[in-house]
Amino acid sequence: MSFERTPAAADEGALRSAPLPPGWDEAVRLEEDPAAIPDPADVDVPPDLRAEIEDYMTRYPDRHSATLPALGAAQRRHGWCSPEALLEVAVVMQVTPAYLSSVATFYDMLRTRPTGSRYVYVCTGVACHPRDAKAVYEAIVAAASEQGLEDVEIREFECLGACDMAPMASVDGRYVGPLREDDAPDLVSAVKERREVLPGRGLADPGYTVPPSPRQKPGPPEEPDVHPAGGTWKDAEVLDVPPAEGEERP
Amino acid sequence: MSETRVLLEHIDEPDLHTIGVYERLGGYRSLRKALFEMSPEDVLHQLEESGLRGRGGAGFSMGKKASFIPKGTMDKYLCCNADESEPGAFKDRLLMQKNPHQLIEGCAIGSIAAGANKGFIFIRGEYSLQADILDVAVAEAYERGYLGARILGSDHSFDLVVHRGKGAYICGEETGLLDALEGKRGNPRLKPPFPANQGLYQGPTLINNVETLCNAPIIIENGADWYRSLGVGNSTGTKIVSISGNVQRPGNYEVELGISVRELIYGLAGGPPEGREIKCYFPGGSSAPVLTKDHLDVPYTFEAMAEAGSMLGSGSIIVVDDSQPLVPLALRLAEFYRHESCGKCVPCREGTNWTVKTLERIDEGEGTPMDLDILAQVQGNIIGNCLCVLGDSMAMPVGSMLEHFREEFEQHMEAARVRRDLQEMEAVGAAELAASETAGAL
Repeated sequence: MSFERTPAAADEGALRSAPLPPGWDEAVRLEEDPAAIPDPADVDVPPDLRAEIEDYMTRYPDRHSATLPALGAAQRRHGWCSPEALLEVAVVMQVTPAYLSSVATFYDMLRTRPTGSRYVYVCTGVACHPRDAKAVYEAIVAAASEQGLEDVEIREFECLGACDMAPMASVDGRYVGPLREDDAPDLVSAVKERREVLPGRGLADPGYTVPPSPRQKPGPPEEPDVHPAGGTWKDAEVLDVPPAEGEERP
Repeated sequence: MSETRVLLEHIDEPDLHTIGVYERLGGYRSLRKALFEMSPEDVLHQLEESGLRGRGGAGFSMGKKASFIPKGTMDKYLCCNADESEPGAFKDRLLMQKNPHQLIEGCAIGSIAAGANKGFIFIRGEYSLQADILDVAVAEAYERGYLGARILGSDHSFDLVVHRGKGAYICGEETGLLDALEGKRGNPRLKPPFPANQGLYQGPTLINNVETLCNAPIIIENGADWYRSLGVGNSTGTKIVSISGNVQRPGNYEVELGISVRELIYGLAGGPPEGREIKCYFPGGSSAPVLTKDHLDVPYTFEAMAEAGSMLGSGSIIVVDDSQPLVPLALRLAEFYRHESCGKCVPCREGTNWTVKTLERIDEGEGTPMDLDILAQVQGNIIGNCLCVLGDSMAMPVGSMLEHFREEFEQHMEAARVRRDLQEMEAVGAAELAASETAGAL
């Protein structure tokens, strides 16, 4: 049995206002049987990875509980949860690759695409948002493309649990903040050269405290309310006359 | 009123995370007391009497929860919920990073009360620093005999494993946490059966937040009566309040429950930045309905917050000052819940998506006045209709913003519409100008 995408299904994307997530139209290969639990004789697993996963399995009453740490270990080795990585975990844990991919696709920190083996998560959550986190994120992205940073996943991340440091970022687990837009080039070059990112401004640094911030950048300005004929739209609707020259309205 | 440091008493002590310093400051004394001077029933009774309410968000009595665990010889489990992912909350991070042994001791005491022999600390994967610190601390505790088989020569055995999550807000929901711990997608389960009867691996399971368990050694050491003397009414004890957003001194402050919100925001956190006023604040993390500057003199207790139309939740205050437009904030909030919805229940999966789309439309000038009514209606249709409260956690704050600031939403929508119209007119004008220039050239 073969599966072909009909033109109607392909066009559906064009009708939607929001862009669809990548991979939404990747068809399942229905002609193939689902992969079975791999045979240990068929798959070579690096001995240290095998030892690590087996160690995780001994910690729990049920070996399935080791899935998340095992996938994390395989991701550290392969850079992402690639088909090979899933196969290696599957053979050690004696589960199907499908089960592992069902888990890997659920969690934000497990990469199901090769987006980079290291990461910079910039928190733009609800508590960082009023501190202009989005501008920091955009500055970091701009600096990364300017400096040609590669193999690093830079993404907006949901609340990282460091709202006191807002706006902040997690660089491979190192929490740094509060960040300003002009920190971005320094941060990116440190990631690129594998230096410590922003020394002294990390949560783990000895004596770290969040500096007080008596003055803060105000939020983005409200949408300008300008009537094409002059004055504000709100006044114009109420009075239905354009304001006279020099007239001031409350 | 200022801070009342009980949980954070020794937090500034250097090297508190090492077992030597923790023991020198009286650490693990409560565990000895619970093991050798008290029966498990006494321990449970003390926790129940203290009136300690869960610090993770729901505010359910910790002792009562532990008393639901059936007696018997089956395998029972204790889970510590350290998946602190609520926007605005960062208290557990501090407790685990600076004082991991307090949590380990609390887990051990909780296991005595629940009769559990196996425990897990489910810590969010982003907290890698704190997880590493906990790993070392757990190894130290095993070495000194505070964990493992026959703790300190008593009859009680308790094993503790630090389990790292991999980034999913829903794993902070107790049954989602259990599924994640069993190695599945973190989808919440239908309740009942409650975890106390059928939880992890189908066994009775006690699940508590980090801060709740950290209170256990303090209650055992000082007694339930002493603990009840802190706080007011049914909100006993102290609470670590995480204050963030537009304040001058964001951070964790431990206070007796009953302090006024004004004291918290202005007294401790320094108030909004210079020249700014408070527009609104989330009193209990991003899931709590917002309150306005008229609600600043409300006492910070579970009951008073409920009365004011919000909730104390995880005890995290996010302050929003008057320079912040609310539509982008509501949009950001809705985007968070859309991203984190596990997709199991339709009202949450679709409702969060609808809310984001409607707010985007309003922000881009495509909104119609009807949209605000639809938005309010969608929120009403989410609340109470899902397996867990993730959808409600978006519906309540967005609904409250609409309720308190409807005029601002209307103005924002109108202004965005005007801006879009102007842009269109400019585009048309430019095209006409270009056309006339082309005609002139001919």
